[in-house]
Amino acid sequence: MNAFWIATIGTSVIAFALKFTGHSIPQQWLENPKLQKTNALIPIALLSALVAVQTFTSESKVMIDHRLAGLCIAIVALLLKAPFPVVVISAAITSAVMYNWL
Amino acid sequence: MRDSLSVSLTVGAYGVAFGAASVANGFSVLQSCLLSLLTFSGASQFAVVGVIGAGGSAVSAIATASLLGVRNGLYGVIMAPRLKVKGFKRVIAAQITIDESTGVALGAEKRNEAAMRHGFWLTGFGVFFFWNLFTLAGALGAQAMGDTRAWGLDSAVPAAFLGLLWPRLEKNSDRVLAIVSIIFAIAMTSVLPAGLPIIATAFIAIAVGLRR
Repeated sequence: MNAFWIATIGTSVIAFALKFTGHSIPQQWLENPKLQKTNALIPIALLSALVAVQTFTSESKVMIDHRLAGLCIAIVALLLKAPFPVVVISAAITSAVMYNWL
Repeated sequence: MRDSLSVSLTVGAYGVAFGAASVANGFSVLQSCLLSLLTFSGASQFAVVGVIGAGGSAVSAIATASLLGVRNGLYGVIMAPRLKVKGFKRVIAAQITIDESTGVALGAEKRNEAAMRHGFWLTGFGVFFFWNLFTLAGALGAQAMGDTRAWGLDSAVPAAFLGLLWPRLEKNSDRVLAIVSIIFAIAMTSVLPAGLPIIATAFIAIAVGLRR
């Protein structure tokens, strides 16, 4: 079994386990405000890191290339309050143009 | 009803992005579809394919995705006493407990309890249907493309992450955390094995969250 299958199955099993556990434990257990706050902050850190790694690195090396142009357009689209598909597609088109013609 | 449908269709669009990103990062169409059927949590799914795509190990990918999946567990804690379901129904309820179903349910709670339950189930099933359908479409589309970089898919993935991140950046402290995480992840890329710079930023978030 390769890494792709392990990741697919492992993620799926844990994702369901987390959801089901939530439905099965008493609500009072998780009322600590610090826990709630931390839970809101974790996605911010992880998603930021994923943006960075997916834009600026390639095979464990820092690299600036066509992807940065795509990300800049995505930021502009988000600042203009564009809906999600517009953000993703405008980034992809920009990046494709840079990759193919520069 | 209208809330549920518009949410379901909007989220479906993310499904195309996920299916395409997944295939662009080396997952098969089958694996992409299984992730959508079984994991059924957008941010976690993008994280798995993102970490593996960046050269990270399966363990790093699973850990990152699972940290992002913890919030579904917390939604479960909120929804369980409201839905009051047992047995097989609870299994189904758990699987469709995500940002959107919980959000619509809590939004409808002001009206009445029936609207809240209705919102949860309808949004959950609606998103599940469109998310999986569009994942398949995106995965097949990316497979047909060949070199996905030539189609800009390698930028679609970070753009999708940014789209998921953006609405969470409400306060200045959130933005500072985002920038610190970006700098940290880039700085650690040549130091730590692939995947670990991403997970390590979760500990920055935990340190910040528990301090204040």
